[in-house]
Amino acid sequence: MNEKHHSHDLPFWRKYIFSLDHKVIGIQYGVTGLLFLFFGFCLMMLMRWQLAYPGQPLPLLGNLFSERMMVGGIMLPEFYNQLGAMHGTIMVFLGVVPLAVGGFGNYLVPLQIGAPDMAFPKLNMMSYWVYFLGGVTMIASFFLPEGAAQSGWTSYPPLANIATSGQTVWLVGMVLLITSSLLGSINFIVTIVQLRADGLSFFRLPFFVWAQFVTSFLLLLAFPPLEAAGVLQLMDRLAGTSFFMPSGLVVAGNPLVVSGGGNPLLWQHLFWFLAHPEVYVLILPAMGIVAEIFATNTRKPIYGYKSMVCSVIFLGFMSFIVWAHHMFLTGMSAKMSAFFQITTMIISIPSVIVLTALALSLWGGSIRFNTPMLFAVAFLPMFGIGGLTGLPLGLAASDIHLHDTYYVIGHFHYVVAPGTIFALFAGVYHWYPKVTGRKMSEVLGKIHFFLSIVLINGIFMPMFILGLAGVSRRLYDQMQYAHAQPTQPLNVFISICAWLLGLAQIPFVINFFGSLIWGKKVERNPWQATTLEWAAPSPPPHGNFDTVPQVYRGPYEYSVPGLKHDFWPQNMAQEN
Amino acid sequence: MSDNAIRYISKPHPVTGVTNSKLGIWCFLASEVMFFGGLFSAYVLLRASAPSWPRGSDLLNVPLATLNTLVLITSSVTMVMAWASLALKDFSKYKRYMAATILLALVFLVVKSIEYAHKFEHHYFPATNTFYAIYFTLTGLHGLHVLGGVVVNTYFLFPGSALWKNDPEQFQGRIECAGLYWHFVDLVWIFLFPVLYLL
Repeated sequence: MNEKHHSHDLPFWRKYIFSLDHKVIGIQYGVTGLLFLFFGFCLMMLMRWQLAYPGQPLPLLGNLFSERMMVGGIMLPEFYNQLGAMHGTIMVFLGVVPLAVGGFGNYLVPLQIGAPDMAFPKLNMMSYWVYFLGGVTMIASFFLPEGAAQSGWTSYPPLANIATSGQTVWLVGMVLLITSSLLGSINFIVTIVQLRADGLSFFRLPFFVWAQFVTSFLLLLAFPPLEAAGVLQLMDRLAGTSFFMPSGLVVAGNPLVVSGGGNPLLWQHLFWFLAHPEVYVLILPAMGIVAEIFATNTRKPIYGYKSMVCSVIFLGFMSFIVWAHHMFLTGMSAKMSAFFQITTMIISIPSVIVLTALALSLWGGSIRFNTPMLFAVAFLPMFGIGGLTGLPLGLAASDIHLHDTYYVIGHFHYVVAPGTIFALFAGVYHWYPKVTGRKMSEVLGKIHFFLSIVLINGIFMPMFILGLAGVSRRLYDQMQYAHAQPTQPLNVFISICAWLLGLAQIPFVINFFGSLIWGKKVERNPWQATTLEWAAPSPPPHGNFDTVPQVYRGPYEYSVPGLKHDFWPQNMAQEN
Repeated sequence: MSDNAIRYISKPHPVTGVTNSKLGIWCFLASEVMFFGGLFSAYVLLRASAPSWPRGSDLLNVPLATLNTLVLITSSVTMVMAWASLALKDFSKYKRYMAATILLALVFLVVKSIEYAHKFEHHYFPATNTFYAIYFTLTGLHGLHVLGGVVVNTYFLFPGSALWKNDPEQFQGRIECAGLYWHFVDLVWIFLFPVLYLL
């Protein structure tokens, strides 16, 4: 283990590519995650053309695509389905989770608990490279003769079982991504349990660390059943088994030659057993980031820290017993749906506690409205809308109307896009000085924020209307359906907002790379924050801290009466 | 910065009472429980929804599987003995027991492949019916876990054992982790055997 502390002797490829340092791995995860987010966003911008102007050739870019994607610039239905399936997969498994857990978690957790590195540096490096391989596999599937997976990100059989070869590659990619998540989550749990600095008891941990801790348990325990399901579907596709294939299936007028006896619902159970906890994997790190930024920028302690911690633990437990609310329409018995309705209503309580505590944390604070704080504050109403619109979906009666419509799309995008992704942007602006030693531009940051918040609502708010009008989420051309035709102008509006939102990210890109060169240089603690990462130099060297930190108090000692400064770092023995 | 190295690699944490790798392997085993738990629930659901289900003992070779069960249990014992020999500072005994563990694991895999070969000869494949599908998938995945154990244990028998000279405490910890994994693989088989062969 000692060799890693002599980093300056290492050759370039060991220091920056196959690095064992949690900070380098965190940056690798973060940058890769941002690139995948952008790629997934591009897929969606292509889809938006077909949705706004169905059957019209795509200007300028249309000729760049091959014959099996677009003919004369007109998108083929198969390609549209590939875009949809891969947009979901990439955004969830290759974008948001790697950025939130792999990126922010890897970089910040060891720093915030005062550890020199993660508990298993080699495992850490491996989990990044397995993730990278999984990502490459997913992207490569677009270049298969029959294209990428096209059965939606949920890959429901029997459709997925009889889909083209892209689905097999999707499954292999998923197995790699799941393996990477497992390795990462073990590392996080061990690091947080074993490597906290002296004096840093569990209830002195920053809320962000708690969020990552619970997230790791969700990844550890919810992902394996999907891995099992993935193996079973691979067997179905490659070895001819019928785990998910019922007897007597007829496809395109021809009876399917399989042994039968399988059950397509089995896949849905195994899939949602992962995918519902996955929702909390997406949201918990975002809540953690927002809590840190709120405490720093309101200059007061987080309201109800302990109830927030208990809430996320409870949330973690509950998230394992709500999965079948995604399956109300599968003909499950009324007793089953009653059970899952009740658990679904219960799980909204801890979310509301966290959100309320965060909102109350703003009360009476002297708020600094810098860019990270703007994004973090915007998280509250955006996640609030996402959460509240989820309640009608959790009740079986209203779900029957809303299921698989654009209402669902609007609902979960409010949670993840202006919710989680805004929190992730907030985190990038907030910790950029720690990672690079320079601040990002406030002017560009505010342009980025105000354009994004307006445009993103322009995208997702009309989707509720589309959904209430009964427009299915999976339509290639909604003009084919009489009930959907009157809402078509909304689709044009959504698409224009989406493309403008793409342009609105240009200030962020300029800011992100430009600030490396012209950003204002900062000292250790530019925001005057209390948690341990600000006690390390910016950027922190190998081993992170000059002296082994000792912790004396809780994470959010701001504006303590009688002290000279309005912040009291966790590692300061006496008042400074 | 030498005082700021990663702690609890070979010495246990005073509060949790375990080393990093021991906590790590327990977490890993928890995820493995969920993995096989998912597969077993798939088995239960498929069997419960099937109109008829064959008795495993009519289709599968119970005596061979009983032999394999004994082989695997014995290998668990030799694995414990390998670890205990390290605790008694007897390195040559460790090598003998570890070699025996690997050998028994290989015997298990050979017997398993003989079973597979018999099935293939009689044209029983995963695609034959749902029973064979779940049989081949579950035993195949378990077999992969056995193979993984063989690879890890072989590493600790030959190149990995160099650590014994530098840090015996850490090496003993590693063998304990490998042992925990090996017992888990054994335990999965203890569930698989009655579920597939007898019920």
